[in-house]
Amino acid sequence: MAAAQSKSVDLSQAMILEPVPALDWLVIAPVALPLLFGAVLLMLRHRTETQPRIAIASLAILFCVDVGLLVHVWTGGPVVMTMGRWLPPFGISFVADMLGATLVATAGLVALVCGIFSVGTVNFVGRRYGFYAFMLLMLAGVNGSFLTGDIFNLYVWFEVFLIASFGLIILGSGKRQIDGATKYAILNLVATTLFLIATGYLYGIFGTLNMADVALKASQLRTSAPLVTLATLYLIAFSMKAAAFPLNFWLPASYHTPRIVVAALFAGLLTKVGVYALMRILVMLFPPEHAILSSLIVWIAIGTMLIGILGALAQSDIRRLLGFVVVSGIGFMLAGIGLGSDVGLAGSIVYAVHSMLVMTALYLMAGQIRRAGGSYVLSELAGLYRTNPMMAAIALFLVLAAAGLPPGSGLWPKVMLVQASLADGSWWLASAILVTGLLTTLALGRLFVLVFWRAGNDGDAAGRTALSVTASTQMAVLLLCVPIAVLGIWPEPVIAAAQFAASGLLEPGAYASAVFSAEVTQ
Amino acid sequence: MRTLIFRTMAPYLTSLMVLFSVFVLLRGHNEPGGGFIGGLIAASAFAIYGIACGVSPVRRALYFHPMSISGFGLLIATISGALSMFGSLPFMTGLWTEASILGVTVDLSTPLVFDIGVYLVVLGSLTSIALALEEREED
Repeated sequence: MAAAQSKSVDLSQAMILEPVPALDWLVIAPVALPLLFGAVLLMLRHRTETQPRIAIASLAILFCVDVGLLVHVWTGGPVVMTMGRWLPPFGISFVADMLGATLVATAGLVALVCGIFSVGTVNFVGRRYGFYAFMLLMLAGVNGSFLTGDIFNLYVWFEVFLIASFGLIILGSGKRQIDGATKYAILNLVATTLFLIATGYLYGIFGTLNMADVALKASQLRTSAPLVTLATLYLIAFSMKAAAFPLNFWLPASYHTPRIVVAALFAGLLTKVGVYALMRILVMLFPPEHAILSSLIVWIAIGTMLIGILGALAQSDIRRLLGFVVVSGIGFMLAGIGLGSDVGLAGSIVYAVHSMLVMTALYLMAGQIRRAGGSYVLSELAGLYRTNPMMAAIALFLVLAAAGLPPGSGLWPKVMLVQASLADGSWWLASAILVTGLLTTLALGRLFVLVFWRAGNDGDAAGRTALSVTASTQMAVLLLCVPIAVLGIWPEPVIAAAQFAASGLLEPGAYASAVFSAEVTQ
Repeated sequence: MRTLIFRTMAPYLTSLMVLFSVFVLLRGHNEPGGGFIGGLIAASAFAIYGIACGVSPVRRALYFHPMSISGFGLLIATISGALSMFGSLPFMTGLWTEASILGVTVDLSTPLVFDIGVYLVVLGSLTSIALALEEREED
């Protein structure tokens, strides 16, 4: 750089020269901090006693940073930082808009709760194999996906969290885990390969990978470039990631194999990244192509909702049942994306927040049931209400929340989605949403009635060892119930945030001008 | 694979390859090379040593667990990116300084630290995989 200055090169042609405000570091902190803490935990793998303390402290710091970012974006609009101060589109931009910031904050909360839950459930072997390190690295990947403003960088973050999730899913190396991990790994690698092919194609068409730049250039290339093909490729790749029908079969086949806290993390975070990428790429970058594909997306959504919940009705293992409920939830989010209207997208975003919280809580609850009743199989469980009334109350609350009944958080996103589909004239979509809601009530109500209400053995009658539920795990589930209840009773802030986020997706002007502000000011 | 010739040559080969990997790492800023390829060369050096003399001498020679080396690499790579915070510059901005060592001017920079981090990540993770595979074979 010293040489460059002596030849008096005009640096402003290539670099951002204004100083970066310290608060803008909030946009990179949700990625850099978990990498940093993950690296420390990787070095301390043999200190199995201190690991959880460091992990929970770092997850708590991270959650505070995430909330700080959310507040910053809420008050000041999209926050941008371009790496290495190269001017965009050459430097890789990280952009936190309302959508990204909301999802990052929710992911931070889910990870914190899973961290607390894991203290009592992940044993020394799991910690020795690097559970906490993998967890933080996965969180870095998930946050990076939510915040990056560059499509190839999005692919890299997908890989980061995928590799970390491979580590988490085979933790302990049981035979069933290897079986589940193989299905998970192969199908996810196929999806990422498709994503990479599509990205290569996109670079061939646009000559840029920066999302804001693509959004600006797309309107000029629309007549000459095969953008519908490109959008369809992305749709297939991300639908596979999100476990949408008919590419959903890897999820129920693998999510029941790892430790329950790992399954809870996966259910809360991973599929939502696929949904997020669909929103970002299809809705924001290719609106006319999205309009062409919208009826297809709506039918995929209906298929995902119904197939998912019918699968859940047929299951007898709690974890497999919940896996199908996750799939069904993806259908609701796709419905909003398919509608593409302001209210529909906002409904999808609220549903994503709700689903992240509730599905994690339900999986953690399954872990509690396993501890109290000694099994995951519905036919072997009964009468837990008598021994664990508190747990039964929490479970009932979570079942109501997931089914979309008050006072849980599931009601409002469904109201918004039904409203949006009726406004669109898609009565069949509205009825599919309502029928799925009813079937969800049946599937999860069946779980609750069989496990808690049915009179029968008290768990250890069949020779199974029932363990007492520890206070820290109970506290973790309760902690997650607080935002679910708040979202159910006082949903206005989250709905307002989601509408803000949806309008940001539909009119990416603010996003693009935030990325290219450096050029404008020069 | 424990022939006399191989066992005699392996330590020399390993030390030469590690030396070469450091050379490749340092020339990587403006020329072909860098942390990733350097780390690969170093990892294959340790793999050769493991094939010739067994896994436990490699573990003793490395002293730290390969995954800890990997973690340390990730740590310094992240820190090298974050240092630019103190200059009101964006994440990952390269900072340069000159140091005079034995009368020779050496350019030191955060990209160099980042590259060393990448080198250690690749070295650590690939050595870890290679040693695990070689251990299996011995059972």
